[in-house]
Amino acid sequence: MAELARNDNPIQPNQQDEKPASPWRDAWRNFRKNKLALIGLGIVTFFIILAVFAPVIAPEGIDDQKISTENYAKLESPSSEYWFGTDDFGRDILSRVIYGARISLTVGFFAVMGSVIVGSILGIVAGYYGRWVDTIISRIFDIMLAFPSILLAIAIVAVLGPSLKNALIAIAIINIPNFGRLVRSKVLSIKEEEYIMAAKAVGMKDSRILFQHILPNSFAPIIVQGTLAIATAIIETAALGFLGLGAKAPTPEWGTMLADSRQFITDAPYTMIFPGLAIMLTVLGFNLMGDGLRDALDPKMKS
Amino acid sequence: MSQPLLEVKELKKHFPITGGVLGKEVGQVKAVDGVTFFIREGETLGLVGESGCGKSTTGRMLLRLIEPTEGEVTFNGKKITSISGSEMRKMRRDIQMVFQDPYASLNPRHTVEKILEEPMIVHGIEKNSKKRKQKVRELLEKVGLSSYHAKRYPHQFSGGQRQRIGIARALAVKPKLIVADEPVSALDVSVQAQVLNLLQDLQKEFDLTFLFIAHDLGVVRHISDRVGVMYLGKLVELAGSEKLYEKPLHPYTQALLSAVPVPDVEHKKERIVLQGDVPSPSNPPKGCPFHTRCPEAMDVCKQVVPKFQEVEQDHYVACHLYEDNKSI
Repeated sequence: MAELARNDNPIQPNQQDEKPASPWRDAWRNFRKNKLALIGLGIVTFFIILAVFAPVIAPEGIDDQKISTENYAKLESPSSEYWFGTDDFGRDILSRVIYGARISLTVGFFAVMGSVIVGSILGIVAGYYGRWVDTIISRIFDIMLAFPSILLAIAIVAVLGPSLKNALIAIAIINIPNFGRLVRSKVLSIKEEEYIMAAKAVGMKDSRILFQHILPNSFAPIIVQGTLAIATAIIETAALGFLGLGAKAPTPEWGTMLADSRQFITDAPYTMIFPGLAIMLTVLGFNLMGDGLRDALDPKMKS
Repeated sequence: MSQPLLEVKELKKHFPITGGVLGKEVGQVKAVDGVTFFIREGETLGLVGESGCGKSTTGRMLLRLIEPTEGEVTFNGKKITSISGSEMRKMRRDIQMVFQDPYASLNPRHTVEKILEEPMIVHGIEKNSKKRKQKVRELLEKVGLSSYHAKRYPHQFSGGQRQRIGIARALAVKPKLIVADEPVSALDVSVQAQVLNLLQDLQKEFDLTFLFIAHDLGVVRHISDRVGVMYLGKLVELAGSEKLYEKPLHPYTQALLSAVPVPDVEHKKERIVLQGDVPSPSNPPKGCPFHTRCPEAMDVCKQVVPKFQEVEQDHYVACHLYEDNKSI
C-alpha cells in the first residue's frame, strides 16, 4: 500500500459539446421505441385537438336542430350529410361527440389533477413524518378504498347535488387514496436513500429535502398512474352522466348522450354507438399511453 | 496538530427493538456503546472494525444524522449534542460527510451543477448565481474532474468520478471536519488509490481534519495519523498509526493485523485466527465484549468491563492485560 499509483488526472475528456442526457430525455427515447404507446399518444392528441378546435371542426352547433321543410331531421341514419346520424331532437351526433371530447377531457384532467395534488400532499406527510399521522391518513385511505369507487362517487354527488362540477369533485375525491398511497410508498422508499441522508448532512431543511429531492424522484410513477387515472375518470364521468348524476340533459356529455339514446337502441343504434366508441377510444388511448409511460419511466433510470 | 477540534465522550446509540402489536420495546441493539476519542485539528483519525461494529453509526452521530442516545460531542468548543435542530443544521457547514456508496449518495435527477451548488445555497455562501456556478466549476477541477462535467447527470459517471463529485459536494461549504464513511470501499483498487491521494491533497490544501472510517487496514494505515479500532460498539485500542501497526496491544487488534496480507513471498508470520462469530450487539457478553473470542481471556474479563485508558503516551487500550502494569 505504500506505493500507491499517483495518477492525478484519470479522466479523459470526451466530446465537450455532448448534450446532457437528462432522465426525462432517456424516458422519451424509450417511449418513442414503443409502437403501442405512440398509437396511444396519437389517439390522445387527436381527441385533444378535437376538444380544442371543436367550434371549427364540428359541422353543426350542438343544439342546432335540423329542420327540413317537412319535419325534423330526427333520428336520421348516418349519411354524407350527417356522418354519425342525428338524434331524437334532430341534432348532429358528430358535432355533439366532438364537443363531448371537451367535457370528458377537461373533467378527466382536472379531476385527476385534484386527486394528484391532494393525494400527494397527504402521501408526503404520511410517508415523511410517519407515526400517528401516517396511521390516521393511511386508515382513512383504507376506508375510502373499501367502498366500490363508483358507489362512493354516487354518494358524494348525492350529497353535493347532481351537476358536472360536482361529478368532477366526486371523481377527484375517490381517486385521492390511490395517489396518496402511491406517493406515500414512494416517499417511504426514497427517504431511506443515501442521497437523502447526504442532503441532511449538507444541512438542508426538511421542506427543501421534501420538495427538491423526494418529490421530483417520485414524479415518474405519479405521471404513469395519473395518465391511467384520466382514463378511469373519463369512464366515471360518463357513468355518472349515464346515471343522471353528472352533466345535465342538453350538455353533449358522452355518458349523458348514451343515457338519452337508450330508448332508441333498436331503431337507431348509431345514437349510442358513436358516443360509446368515443369513450372507448379515448380510454384506450390513455391506457396505451400510460402503459408506455410506465415502461419508459419505471425500469429505473440508468444508474 | 494542535488542540482537539472534536471531542467525543461516552457516545452511545442504542436502537430499540420493538415487537408486538403495540410496538413495545422488547430489547436494544447497542450499536455504539460508549466511545471516547478526540481528533486534533488537521489530523486524520482512522476508525476501523468489522462490519456492524458501529463505526458508521459513530460517524453519523457526529453530524447528528443519527441522534445519540447518550454522551457528548464537542466540536470547536461547542457542545453539539445539546444544540437545537436548526443550530445543528448550521453546524453542518463545518462538518461534512463523504458517503460510502457513490451510486446511492447522489440524487439521480440533479445535474452535477445542482448537486454542488445546493450546499452553497443552503448555507448562503454565494448568493450570486453566476459566481456560484463559477465556484462549482472550480470545485470540479479541484477534485480532478472538468468544468464541462457540470451539466451532466450522475449516471453518466463512473464510480470513482462519482465519488469525486461526493467529495466536491462536501468541500463546497469549506468545512473544517470531514467524516469520510468508507469513501473508497465501493471502488476498484486502482481507483481507490486515486481517491485516497485526492483526499490527502485536499487535506493539505484546505487544512481539513478527517475522520476516516474503513474496514481496510491497509487503506487506513496509508491515510491516518492515528487509528482507532472498534469492536462491538466499543473502541478497544487507539494509537498513532505507525505505533499501532508495529506494536498492537489489544488481542483483537493483533488478530486483525495478522490478517493483513503482506506482499512478500518470503514473509512467514503467524496468523491469529479468531474462533466463533461476533456476538450480537443486542445481547453483548458481560465484561469485556471480546472475551468470548479472546485467546488470552482471563477470569476477570468475563466479569469486569475493562477501562479504556492511556497505557503509553497517546496509546489507549481497553484490556485487562494492561490494567495493572501501565508501562509495557
